[in-house]
Amino acid sequence: MPDLSFVFAQSLSGLTAAMFLFLIAAGLSLIFGVLRVLNFAHGTFYMLGAYSAYQFVQWLGPGPGTFWVAALGAALAIAALGGVVERLLFRHLYGKEELYQLLFTYALVLILSDVAKIIWGTQQKSLSRPPGLTGSFSLFGATIPFYNLFILLLGPAIALAFWFVLQRTRMGRFIRAAALDRETLGALGVNVDALYMWVFVLASFLGGLGGALISPMRAIVPGMDTEVIVEAFVVVVIGGLGSFWGTFLGAIIYGQVLSFGILFFPRFSIFSVFALMAAVLIVRPWGLLGRPLR
Amino acid sequence: MLEVRGLSKSFAGFQAVGDVSFTVAQGSISSIIGPNGAGKTTLFNLITGHLPADAGQVVFKGRDVTGIAPHDLCRLGMGRSFQRTNIFPRLTVFENIQAAFVSHRGRGWNLLTPVARLYREETETLLDAVGLLGQAEEISGFLSHGGQKQLELGIALALEPEILLLDEPTAGMSATETRESIALIERLTHERRLTLLFTEHDMEVVFSISRRITVLHQGRVIADGTPDEVRRDPEVRRVYLGEKHR
Amino acid sequence: MMRRVPWALLVFLAAFSVPALASRFYTFLANDVIIWALFATSLNLLVGYTGLVSFGHAAYFGIGAYTTGILMKKLGLPFLLAFPAAGVFAGACALVFGFFCVRLTRIYFAMLTLAFAQIVWAICFKWNEVTGGEQGMPEIPYPSFDWVDRVATILPFVGGYRTSDYYYFTSLILVGVCLWLLRRIVHSPFGRMLTTIRENAERAEFIGVNVRRYELAAFVLAGGFAGLAGGIFGIFNRGVFPDFAYWTKSSEVLIMTLLGGMGTFYGPAVGALVLLWLNQQIVSYTEYWPLVLGVILVLLLFVFPGGIVGALSDLWRRLDRRRRHA
Repeated sequence: MPDLSFVFAQSLSGLTAAMFLFLIAAGLSLIFGVLRVLNFAHGTFYMLGAYSAYQFVQWLGPGPGTFWVAALGAALAIAALGGVVERLLFRHLYGKEELYQLLFTYALVLILSDVAKIIWGTQQKSLSRPPGLTGSFSLFGATIPFYNLFILLLGPAIALAFWFVLQRTRMGRFIRAAALDRETLGALGVNVDALYMWVFVLASFLGGLGGALISPMRAIVPGMDTEVIVEAFVVVVIGGLGSFWGTFLGAIIYGQVLSFGILFFPRFSIFSVFALMAAVLIVRPWGLLGRPLR
Repeated sequence: MLEVRGLSKSFAGFQAVGDVSFTVAQGSISSIIGPNGAGKTTLFNLITGHLPADAGQVVFKGRDVTGIAPHDLCRLGMGRSFQRTNIFPRLTVFENIQAAFVSHRGRGWNLLTPVARLYREETETLLDAVGLLGQAEEISGFLSHGGQKQLELGIALALEPEILLLDEPTAGMSATETRESIALIERLTHERRLTLLFTEHDMEVVFSISRRITVLHQGRVIADGTPDEVRRDPEVRRVYLGEKHR
Repeated sequence: MMRRVPWALLVFLAAFSVPALASRFYTFLANDVIIWALFATSLNLLVGYTGLVSFGHAAYFGIGAYTTGILMKKLGLPFLLAFPAAGVFAGACALVFGFFCVRLTRIYFAMLTLAFAQIVWAICFKWNEVTGGEQGMPEIPYPSFDWVDRVATILPFVGGYRTSDYYYFTSLILVGVCLWLLRRIVHSPFGRMLTTIRENAERAEFIGVNVRRYELAAFVLAGGFAGLAGGIFGIFNRGVFPDFAYWTKSSEVLIMTLLGGMGTFYGPAVGALVLLWLNQQIVSYTEYWPLVLGVILVLLLFVFPGGIVGALSDLWRRLDRRRRHA
């Protein structure tokens, strides 16, 4: 039986992973809730966020604020990319069958991940942690890197900020309304087209930010997009497609299942995650906090 | 033939249908009328098993069929048309009706016979009866609204029903189309000795052919009787006051 | 007149001549194409004819491949037994998975098929003892073709080919039979009921179609035939690997089906041919095949949603009309 500090460390590592997944899954859930589309390309936006952050760091050179500027820049760049994709391409598929929309997002995965390979090659890249957040401290016998602590605090902070936007701002109210009944919203004179674009932009921002922030912790490699998108799917299914806090909860559950799964049943950890996803879909398809689709 | 007892259905606190009871005699033509939102379509959906009822019973030919799945119910002899035209849009007119025959005559699980030649005669006869024989090879989705309604009627008839439930059969039709449509329905009903129950907005249609009328208002029955009785009923007049009669 | 010519039969017969007329490379490509043609056509039964979009069809392909591989390599069973077993076992898994999947609609259905496919992948990936784990199972034996020498004494043209050629002939016959069966099914009353479900499931219910039961049946048939395709593929590929069941493989076959044309029977087969041939051509020039595929997919979605066969039959109809009016 592993000692308590080890369990604590595992749990924290699971929580950290959860926060990244939350960033991606929140965007995915948002797009699904409003546009009713499962965006396969979201994982690729995340990957591009990581690559962009790397690129910005290369351009800006070393310096105290470089990492932060790069991360923010990457998130904004990906947000812009999302907006362009929606406005120029995705928009034209709205009336058509869902299958076409899904396959389009998959086409984006194919195209964008190869573009990333063309620009950055296949060697793995990495970023170092920003000065000020290097090093680690000790808690309950476990060694915790400061950067991880930052992520653990940032995650809920972003969640709260996001929730605030959804609940208190006009834009947020439109988003929630669009998720419930977009036809009525359009009839009320709201520019639904523009709203869709902003939703895409916001979701892409979150995804890009997630990618940028994870780059000091994980190697940036091709293929990280297809890996992460499936994980994000699991998270939104567990939490509930379209539910905001559901995504947060789903990410936490997923993170814990994965990290303890690896610990106790290393051979079953991947299996258990998908089995959990299947179980949720069988028993309660709309997830823990979601609403049955009309 | 068909008896509805105390049917009720609520959606999140809103009572769409409340304690509705009436009887439909065999061979009769009856209608259900009421202002928009009175619960007519919901009532139909309850009778045909598309929606589960909160309370009440549906008795068809002496048998309790409450909540039976639609695919079983239509085998018992109940045919239905829908308010929004419900056909198979990318199949041809011929294939639409043929599919109904194939399913109804129990050949749906045959995996090896070529389907093209099955029930050709029956399908063509029925197409002729509803007036669509000339358009048999057209894609049904491209038919006019009236044509699609005729097709829908044909699909319902292919199931050899004993009772036909028609949900707003003349919705969206011009006066001419309405007349033709009603004439067709009436003729077929008499030829095949069907019982007919339909919902309608068009009062002229209702009063001209129904033998019995049930009036629904806010989910409840407020009158039930012959056309004359209903016309004279004070409650009905109150509800319809201000409504245009055509 | 065009419709009277049995094109499919002609293509089938012509395909036998490939090893004699073309190099080993083309035989290899042809073998690949016919297997994927079967795989894609099986998916089309679900997607094109019943209207059920599955993102996890590769699971059954993988199950079929592993079944044949394990039975032949580890248990030494003959191909004659191992091959049908692939279809049966894949169909059985489809029955279990499908039972849960058909109770869900649209996006949830798609996600559950994806989840089941990933579960299959995870099992193949990790169950080292049975499936060989991450390394897979290389060197699956070819079925024995020794009896051909005896046949060659009576029919001399049968003799003189390589083992891989004989396997190609075997694949061709097996795929031909499977496609013929699928064609019968699609044009049968059962197939017609499936299209009513695709067109309007609510109405289908009210012509007596037990939608859930039919969907499950379609799921099982599609899974079974995909398993058969996988069974042939494992040997052809000289090895069975976990990525056969990964979700990206499901999307490859989905794209193939779309490329060829979902609403038609031979569309997916055409899609398989075009895609694999294109892949061969492009890969010799550049490693960025996914980019090309993505662009093709975008073109398909925006300009040619009916796929190749759809576009061609549209063109044909237009030319035909012009000829009649001339």
